[in-house]
Amino acid sequence: MDAFILQLLNGLDKGSAYALIALGLTLIFGTLGVVNFAHGALFMIGAFCSVTLSRILTLSYETVDETQKDFLGNPLVVKTPYVEKWFGPETGAAIIDWAVPLAILFAIPVMIFVGYVMERGLIKHFYKRPHADQILVTFGLAIVLQEVIKYFYGANPIPTPAPGAFTGSFDFGVLLGFDPNAIIYPYWRLVYFFFAGIVISAVFGFLQFTTFGMVVRAGMADRETVGLLGINIDKRFTIMFGIAAAVAGLAGVMYTPINSPNYHMGMDFLVLSFVVVVVGGMGSLPGAVLAGFMLGILESFASMNWIKDIVPGIDQIIIYLVAIIILLTRPRGLMGRKGVMED
Amino acid sequence: MFGLEKRDYTLLIIVACLTMFAPFILNPFPTDSAMAQFNAGYPDLMQRFVIFGIFAIGFNLLFGLTGYLSFGHAAFLGVGSYSAVWMYKLLGYNILPGLFLSVIVSAVFALLIGYISLRRSGIYFSILTLAFAQMMFSIAYSDLIGRFLGTTITNGETGLQVYNSDPQVLHSASKPDIPHLFGQQMQSTYSLDIAGWSFDFNTGYYLCALIMIAAFYIAIRIFRSPFGLMLRAIKTNQTRLNYTGLNTRPYALAVFVISGMYAGLAGGLMACMDPLAGAERMQWTASGEVVLMTILGGAGTLIGPVLGAGFIKYFENIFSKINDSILHQWFAFFPDGIEDAVVFMIHPFIGKGWHLTLGILFMLVVIFLPGGLVEGGQRIGKLLKRGKKSEDKGDGDAASTPAE
Repeated sequence: MDAFILQLLNGLDKGSAYALIALGLTLIFGTLGVVNFAHGALFMIGAFCSVTLSRILTLSYETVDETQKDFLGNPLVVKTPYVEKWFGPETGAAIIDWAVPLAILFAIPVMIFVGYVMERGLIKHFYKRPHADQILVTFGLAIVLQEVIKYFYGANPIPTPAPGAFTGSFDFGVLLGFDPNAIIYPYWRLVYFFFAGIVISAVFGFLQFTTFGMVVRAGMADRETVGLLGINIDKRFTIMFGIAAAVAGLAGVMYTPINSPNYHMGMDFLVLSFVVVVVGGMGSLPGAVLAGFMLGILESFASMNWIKDIVPGIDQIIIYLVAIIILLTRPRGLMGRKGVMED
Repeated sequence: MFGLEKRDYTLLIIVACLTMFAPFILNPFPTDSAMAQFNAGYPDLMQRFVIFGIFAIGFNLLFGLTGYLSFGHAAFLGVGSYSAVWMYKLLGYNILPGLFLSVIVSAVFALLIGYISLRRSGIYFSILTLAFAQMMFSIAYSDLIGRFLGTTITNGETGLQVYNSDPQVLHSASKPDIPHLFGQQMQSTYSLDIAGWSFDFNTGYYLCALIMIAAFYIAIRIFRSPFGLMLRAIKTNQTRLNYTGLNTRPYALAVFVISGMYAGLAGGLMACMDPLAGAERMQWTASGEVVLMTILGGAGTLIGPVLGAGFIKYFENIFSKINDSILHQWFAFFPDGIEDAVVFMIHPFIGKGWHLTLGILFMLVVIFLPGGLVEGGQRIGKLLKRGKKSEDKGDGDAASTPAE
């Protein structure tokens, strides 16, 4: 039982990442009708926003400390980050420590801007082109973005630690009456799960309870009629693209302490999140979220030892197997709408 | 001749000449001149040209002709390589059984995957093939089937290779210990030195080249056959075909299997040139590469994929070799400041940055030139023709009468 709960929890954080990326993909697909292969790259750019911010925060100036000597006997050069100078040593250190959560604030405008530029600059011209062309051009864009990041940040993963307050693990088992150390769960993964929950509810709330969201939903259902009513739906869809980019970016920002970001992390997640979208049903937002969590949890269950003893390596292929089975039995996916991408 | 129209026959002759004289064409610069780094006429690279040419020709049959964008074609390439290496392990280093098996096995896999994937079309088809390919990559990379059966099938991360302890029942001491065709070693190269130039004639390359010409010929026949016409109809309007009471699935499945066999053949040939098979050949980025080749050359045209494969492999090789010091040599005629600035500007695109160049190039082609290099060539040709015509007639309304 404790192993079961542990795997359930383990699946949640991966599932959250899948759900967030798939949510953004579905938003873009549902509004603009574009299949965005560059969405993984947006996830990666988000992750590198957090790397960038922590680098900015640790920008230092050097002072020579005459009282201390380094191993060669020269006066020691002490590096002090500017933030520590401006805000005092303690506040400064705390700011640096909290670089990853702070990067959320940094990433939102950056991602919305990136998304806006991407839509206006490139994707706008592909609405009338076949889906294959959209796939190909965004695939090319993904390669370009990935290589640009590689050029500036190098090919190695860059460790980006979580704030000190969230390191360590939480003994979940004690809470449920199991033995201590039966279910150990890192704090940051818990944070990630709750963060994903907040972002997902925010997106749904935004679509459900604001006028803007209502117009966007109307546009998703029938773009032409909304346009005929004198509403500039294209502009709103562009903003939705920005929001979708921001969702992917935030997923990336918060994922950095779990997995050190490298330039190809986007591609690694992209294939899986496409599978998630298809399983959930193209164009269905709840479907994307549901399928994201479902596949994340399934994947972690499949990596349990006794299952791996029966079928070795099932954890690596279970997602694809499930996707193939679902596509064949329920061609529209779990919650797909009729008439979306039927041709 | 060969049952081809005159135009196709010319095309076939051109391709045949290009491949047969490739050692000369690709080595236009003397070996010790400064331009020698642009030579591409060494065996390893030439083999890759034609092998990827075969791969792209096969992919084009599916994507260019039938309109199904498969994102998992590298899986068949990997299957082909693995089968060929298994034949070396079991029978010996003669490549013939290996090639034979790689085509058969990839056909079987293509039949299975195609049967399932072709139930859907459009984006769903792309994602299904992608899922299958990733699944097969995972299976090969961790040797899941081997672990399940308690033996080795793909040898996981290490990659499959031939060991001394393997049975190799047809192998005898008199036969070479590397891939060969009835004693002709694939690696043997004859170098011809003429006054500073050096041309390499490699057995393996010529075998691949002959196979590619055959593959190209078959592709032409498919393009011009009633079957090919049906495939074109599927690409144009599948719904309408269905409404006429025609079941398009068998046709699509047939072409999927054929193009899988091409990929398997390419994979088998890869193992013939170098008796190794690794899972990285099956990764989805490798599938993306063949998509790039086909699009870049011109999807749906006969010669496009071959051109695209050659283009990408050539520039991959050249661009990755250029480094900053070579750039400084080139731009030495500029004043120092400008020279540094120019080198600094170009630096991200060369060496390890080749993929960036490729990505940008690919995007430009998709955006501005959906027909690829072939369309580019046609446009330039038309422009030239138009220029000539207006000169002849002395007026500018040649546009109203297209040349064809």
